[in-house]
Amino acid sequence: MAGILMRRLTGALPILLIVSLLTFGLIHMIPGDPAVAIAGMSATPEQIANIRHNLGLDEPLLTQLVRWYANLLQGELGTSLLLGQPVLHVVAVRLPVTLALSAYALVLTLLIGLISGILAALRQNTWIDQVAMVFAMLGISLPNFYLGLLMIILFAVDLRWLPTGGYVPLTSDPLGWLATSTMPAISLALLLAGLLARITRSTMLEVLRQDYIRTARAKGLPERRVVLKHALANAMIPITTVVGIIVSLLLSGSVVTETLFSIPGIGQLLTQAVLNRDYPMVQGGLLMTTALLVLVNIGVDVCYALLDPRVRYERG
Amino acid sequence: MSGGSVSNPTLRRLLHHRLFMLGCVLFGIVLVVAALAPVIAPVDPNKLAMRFKFRPPSQEFIFGTDNFGRSLWSRVIWGAQLSMIIGASVVVINAIAGTAIGAAAGYFARLDNMLMRVNDALMAFPAVLLAIAVTAVLGPSVNDVIIALAIVYTPRTARIVRSSVIVLREMEYVQAARAAGAGHWRILRRHILPNAMAPLIVQLSFLFAYAVLTEATLSFLGVGAVPPTPTWGNIMAEGRQYMTDAPWIITIPGAALMITVLGLNLLGDGLRDVLDPRLRVQQ
Repeated sequence: MAGILMRRLTGALPILLIVSLLTFGLIHMIPGDPAVAIAGMSATPEQIANIRHNLGLDEPLLTQLVRWYANLLQGELGTSLLLGQPVLHVVAVRLPVTLALSAYALVLTLLIGLISGILAALRQNTWIDQVAMVFAMLGISLPNFYLGLLMIILFAVDLRWLPTGGYVPLTSDPLGWLATSTMPAISLALLLAGLLARITRSTMLEVLRQDYIRTARAKGLPERRVVLKHALANAMIPITTVVGIIVSLLLSGSVVTETLFSIPGIGQLLTQAVLNRDYPMVQGGLLMTTALLVLVNIGVDVCYALLDPRVRYERG
Repeated sequence: MSGGSVSNPTLRRLLHHRLFMLGCVLFGIVLVVAALAPVIAPVDPNKLAMRFKFRPPSQEFIFGTDNFGRSLWSRVIWGAQLSMIIGASVVVINAIAGTAIGAAAGYFARLDNMLMRVNDALMAFPAVLLAIAVTAVLGPSVNDVIIALAIVYTPRTARIVRSSVIVLREMEYVQAARAAGAGHWRILRRHILPNAMAPLIVQLSFLFAYAVLTEATLSFLGVGAVPPTPTWGNIMAEGRQYMTDAPWIITIPGAALMITVLGLNLLGDGLRDVLDPRLRVQQ
């Protein structure tokens, strides 16, 4: 297992290297002079020179690049222009908010997606299958911010069951957290649950057709055991790989969901940074989120190997 | 490798695929409405008429009016046109760039490693995050949004083309063409790419949906085309403040967005079922 983990980690290094290089290059993609773009139209030449100096833009590109990596290795991601705080610190404060919301949404996704996918496969071509697949299709076609807005109108404005937005930290008030996070989590989860349900259904159908399932049934095992122990165990292998994609989509989705529900997570932070041309924040936030995602995918790969002995023996 | 060029049996199967046809109808309606925008929505989508503000949908104002009294009918329909232009542009850029990169990586083993590492790195970024970062750099205009979306989604297309090309490259008929003295360009153009089209077409139909959806997300966040440009995301973002009293400002463009994405998803599913049986979600 350690071998697989090491191999995945070393495999991720070139990707992280290029990701960091692209993130570094972001600020240099700004048409014209980045310092002017950051300072705004009304800035004095001194202010522009100041920004240029602070961001190191007055140095040769190679020097900037070397400094970027030297700082990265020390965990130094620069200072937010907007908040005046170290980027790493701000991200460290905001990231747990996004992670808690994403975890909630992931649990909902797995529950709704797996159960409806399995049921649809077991009851193929019945009304259960059709209803599940219609909902899955609607789920993947419903933009999450639209769903969020509709839920706000219905549950917060009309019925007054839940607050329209805001955030209560999970650690200080778990029930309050649940109240403020439920609508955002559902709006994030529905799309992904639809995706997962479709994949689960097709994988299960494929597995259920295998000979060993017929054997299990033929030897008189109860259906529940056939499904849960024999079919699901094998269907989970391809399904696991989708979880990595789901986490990526969750982080993408959180950008708009957090802004919509006023949740102070990394998505809202980055949107604000973009709107305020806070480039160090954009670079740092983007880099850390992507690095996190690469790590999640390594975790998924390791789980994959744990679930599937073939992967373990082949490569491990 | 399955698929190949669209032949009559393929077309027949598509025509008999009910969900595909439903997708075609939904997406077709949006396309026609977008194309006919100047005819069916002659009122300037940005024309202010404060005395008519917050009118609910009625015979006079089919979709109602917004906080500036602008006709929502005009704004939603011109928004459809903008969505279609952005979606189609992203698809075209993607088809060209994705095919070029994917074919180069899949066919020339020496380029593969380098191209695919950059590709993987671009795919590692969460899509919307990368898109807003790129628009932060380029600026908030329709053209810049198209470039941002193309940067975000081209790597996904390139990967799909590459995997088809890798399989096809080793096929006997390709080896035969090579033995007969055909050059790389000819082999790619005549023998490989036409057979790699099926998964690409499927991908592009889903990509159209992603592009429309992501563009709406960007403008909803305020990092897309600047207001008062009538994009669906902009209309919904402006309507957010008034959702208690004038919910139609949100629900109508949102429904238009959903119909478009649903149509494209159904269309993509149908194309996949018929063109690329390997990926089929079993019926």
